[in-house]
Amino acid sequence: MKRYSAFAIAREALRGHKGWERAWASPEPRATYDVVIIGAGGHGLATAYYLGKNHGVKNVAILEKGWLGGGNTGRNTTIIRSNYLQDASAAIYEKSRSLYETLSQDLNYNVMFSPRGVMMLAQTEHEVRGYRRTAHANALQGVSTEFIGPQRVKELCPIICLDGPRYPVLGALWQPRGGTARHDAVAWGYARACSDMGMHVIQKCEVTGVRTEGGKVTGVTTTKGDIGCGKLGIVVAGHSGVVADMAGFRLPVESVALQALVSEPIKPCMDVVVMANTVHGYMSQSDKGEMVIGGGADGYNNYNQRGSFHHIEETVRALVETFPMISRLKMLRQWGGIVDMTGDRSPILSKTPVEGVFLNCGWGTGGFKAIPGSGWAMAELMAKGASPLAAEFGLERFREGRFIDESVAAGVAH
Amino acid sequence: MLILHCPYCGVDADETELAPGGEAHLKRFGPDSSDEDFEGYLFHRENPKGVHFERWRHANGCGKWFHAARCTTTMEVFGTYSAQLTEPPKEICDKISGKRPGWSWRIFG
Ligand SMILES: Cc1cc2nc3c(=O)[nH]c(=O)nc-3n(C[C@H](O)[C@H](O)[C@H](O)COP(=O)(O)OP(=O)(O)OC[C@H]3O[C@@H](n4cnc5c(N)ncnc54)[C@H](O)[C@@H]3O)c2cc1C
Ligand SMILES: [Zn+2]
Repeated sequence: MKRYSAFAIAREALRGHKGWERAWASPEPRATYDVVIIGAGGHGLATAYYLGKNHGVKNVAILEKGWLGGGNTGRNTTIIRSNYLQDASAAIYEKSRSLYETLSQDLNYNVMFSPRGVMMLAQTEHEVRGYRRTAHANALQGVSTEFIGPQRVKELCPIICLDGPRYPVLGALWQPRGGTARHDAVAWGYARACSDMGMHVIQKCEVTGVRTEGGKVTGVTTTKGDIGCGKLGIVVAGHSGVVADMAGFRLPVESVALQALVSEPIKPCMDVVVMANTVHGYMSQSDKGEMVIGGGADGYNNYNQRGSFHHIEETVRALVETFPMISRLKMLRQWGGIVDMTGDRSPILSKTPVEGVFLNCGWGTGGFKAIPGSGWAMAELMAKGASPLAAEFGLERFREGRFIDESVAAGVAH
Repeated sequence: MLILHCPYCGVDADETELAPGGEAHLKRFGPDSSDEDFEGYLFHRENPKGVHFERWRHANGCGKWFHAARCTTTMEVFGTYSAQLTEPPKEICDKISGKRPGWSWRIFG
């Protein structure tokens, strides 16, 4: 693989840009691999990448029914933060956030990580208490956050209205090293690095069945024929229940639509990410100038990537109260993704009832930020059979009643 | 926008009038059941890509709970029926079979 660099840009400028290589190969599948990963979203690709990089497992195929990052990885609002309440969550999300800091250098691919700071507004007394508690927990966990007052909120985000009609801003949980990254680039960067290690990233290849023998996985059936494997990773987000059904087990997961929308581009007016969880809306400004907006998820199961219209109305209404200057903005695009919601709203990184089959799902409305950390932990789990970062996130926690309850701390889309 | 017919008051209710109540026809297990059964009842869901049976409440209308049979990919509604029923009525099952041959559900279908 030719490395990307300032020198490469200069060289190609002189040669009429004829020397750029394809970023990744598009091979036909082999008959068998040591490891097959289903789903080339961020989590599947990162799992493959760290399998190769950290554990030397490189005979790997990543099978994708659509196109690279065409699932939630290419549909999210790219917020990265690690200010969770529970220790297990803080550990994996902070690992992830810290990997984002150097991901561009690591992958030799510009993922445009922008640690511009994330603030979660406290707009009720309960939220003030809740976020103070989270700030204390984060201090113990080694995650750098602080609770800030309304004046500091206004300094950091001048377009905010502190004394809105319904919910005044009473303060915020501020994570200065949170931020955003370019979502497509995360998928593309990992895919390029996987391909460079000799792994097969195979698009338009849908898994239609999981083959087992005596309770152990032997391979998958796909739209490109049968493919054998020693170990199988299911990393398909909203489709987790569908693929688990092929492997013969049920999951504590429901799939619902979550939407986002972007406005017409405007001049820079906001250089932090603001989340307003009481009124259910969040916003940041992309480098192109578009205001990137998200809100609540639908309340009922769906696999159509649209979402209910009234959620847009609710989200926009909440944000117009919080940022009155956006009231005349035109919205350009709206889309939806199918997110995988678990019973305790925390992810699942786990072995499964089928030997050799591993599961990574349940990131729901907030797994973009987790891609590097989740891939890191999942690769260790698949290579060694256990991972400290994944230990608390096993499937058995639902039977044992050991929930990782983050929905109380941050029960919203993010 | 999803529109469901409330079998109690007869209104064709827009989804903003309704509150979703999750998967229907769950078999309930109590404190003396096995851990597996209790886990299944509390957490495991069919979550199918296709025919789904679900509970709704006509929250901003007559206030009653009812059942709906709906497709989670096309949003097509096959019918709604009383919350008193433990299985969908035969005419709704027949309608689904006509449109989605081979559909199945954990306990019937
Ligand atoms: C609107 C929206 C906003 C969001 N905002 C944020 C945010 O601001 N911050 C944040 O951290 N998170 C956010 N998220 C959540 C985040 O996008 C997801 O948690 C994350 O991208 C999940 O990544 P993934 O790799 O698990 O899934 P995906 O990217 O969905 O990848 C799964 C892949 O599996 C493939 N697949 C499925 N079935 C099969 C099959 N049978 N065979 C082969 N391939 C298959 C799919 O095509 C898909 O490409 C948001 C999500 C949405 C929808
Ligand atoms: Zn009614």
